[in-house]
Amino acid sequence: MSELSVNHLLGIKYLNKKDIQLIFETADHFKEVINRPIKKVPSLRDITIANLFFENSTRTKLSFELAEKRLSADVINFSSGQSSVKKGETLIDTVNNILSMKVDMVVMRHPNPGAGIFLSNHVNASIVNAGDGAHEHPTQALLDSYSIREKLGEVKGKKVVIVGDVLHSRVALSNIFALQLQGAEVMVCGPKTLLPKYIDKLGVKVETNLRKALNWCDVANMLRVQNERMDISYFPSTREYTQQFGVNKDLLDSLDKEIIIMHPGPINRGVEITSDVADSSQAIILDQVENGVAIRMAVIYLLASKIKQ
Amino acid sequence: MSQKVLLNAKEVNIILHRLACQLIEKHNDFSNTVLIGLQPRGIYLADRLTKILKSDYKVKDIKSGQLDITFYRDDFRRGDKTLKANSTELNFLVEDKNIVFIDDVLYTGRSIRAALTAIQSFGRPNEIELLTLIDRRFSRHLPIQPDYRGRQVDAINNEKVIVHWQENEGEDAVYLIEK
Repeated sequence: MSELSVNHLLGIKYLNKKDIQLIFETADHFKEVINRPIKKVPSLRDITIANLFFENSTRTKLSFELAEKRLSADVINFSSGQSSVKKGETLIDTVNNILSMKVDMVVMRHPNPGAGIFLSNHVNASIVNAGDGAHEHPTQALLDSYSIREKLGEVKGKKVVIVGDVLHSRVALSNIFALQLQGAEVMVCGPKTLLPKYIDKLGVKVETNLRKALNWCDVANMLRVQNERMDISYFPSTREYTQQFGVNKDLLDSLDKEIIIMHPGPINRGVEITSDVADSSQAIILDQVENGVAIRMAVIYLLASKIKQ
Repeated sequence: MSQKVLLNAKEVNIILHRLACQLIEKHNDFSNTVLIGLQPRGIYLADRLTKILKSDYKVKDIKSGQLDITFYRDDFRRGDKTLKANSTELNFLVEDKNIVFIDDVLYTGRSIRAALTAIQSFGRPNEIELLTLIDRRFSRHLPIQPDYRGRQVDAINNEKVIVHWQENEGEDAVYLIEK
């Protein structure tokens, strides 16, 4: 099989195991491409992609834009800050206006969960979800699994703990779906207030003791505390959070085995992980960023090949 | 569907040796030459020629690689199926090198066109030549001709030329298949 089962990438929930396999195999080829002297292929020269970011983003936006440009697609960028959204235009109107300029694909980040799904039902373009509220962030989960596969050989059978602010995290949900689909075991760990109430119904283990969680796992994915999404206090102080759920070098060195540290970024150095951990050989944070471009090239390439002329 | 043998194992072997000799005639010790097999089917021919050059003609150091052209093809989104890529293995820059592209069958010439674009990502070669085992005459869509050809074949469009290799299909042979 060499075709995705979906026409949009709205979430990992809508993918199957073979889709993920195909995306990874395609990303392998693109990873080779982006390490060439000339890092560009002409595949998508007749495709135009709009990056619509209704919420702030640095690395995801850069990563998508780079992936699109390395595939030779034409790219237009849009940030809600400088647009007519402020003047009261609806999402469908905004997107349809952009599509009238003959755009084939939309990459969208939006603060509302389900924005991508809603859009895919109403407009005629291929949609890639680059993060919708606290719902899903599929390309991040794909690049996380891809990085685990690269480092450990395969994802199946591995134990992964997601640490921190699971409640506000779209990375957590997409990762849980992606890891389970590939046969990994998943645990979430954090203060009770930052773990969704029925998270165990997704078939994940729940742990509130960080040391126990780290001793159990092969890989720890450290999430950022999303202060901007917190309307109330979820823990007494940042200092207390760091003491209980921050990873430092001493803690890592005291574990039974060497584990891999991942972080979707941006890092709050000294909060969820200390600098010496972030810069250690156990951390694969910058590999994740490199793999992000290859994964996004693969996703865009595979979706674009389903857009008929 | 009928099938006709164009070349048997013995004939393939004779042709491979002739092609190897022709390469030596032009490239001497291969010090500035690289053989590049085009994915997916050209790599077997490239491997075979490299082996013959090394073992039978004592050419010591031959650089060879594999080039995948999937992302450079001109029929993206034009067929029903997503084009699936193969691996590229070029562990050297091709800057100022003499390149020989190697493919099993030359038909429309579009793959070679894509390969000419793809190779630019690895530098600016000094010159590029083309070697094919089978040259299907009268079917070219582009002005591309081989520099070394194993056998010229006249086949009509609804016929297919298939090359079998010992290491892949268990025999060396070339078939003409009528669809």
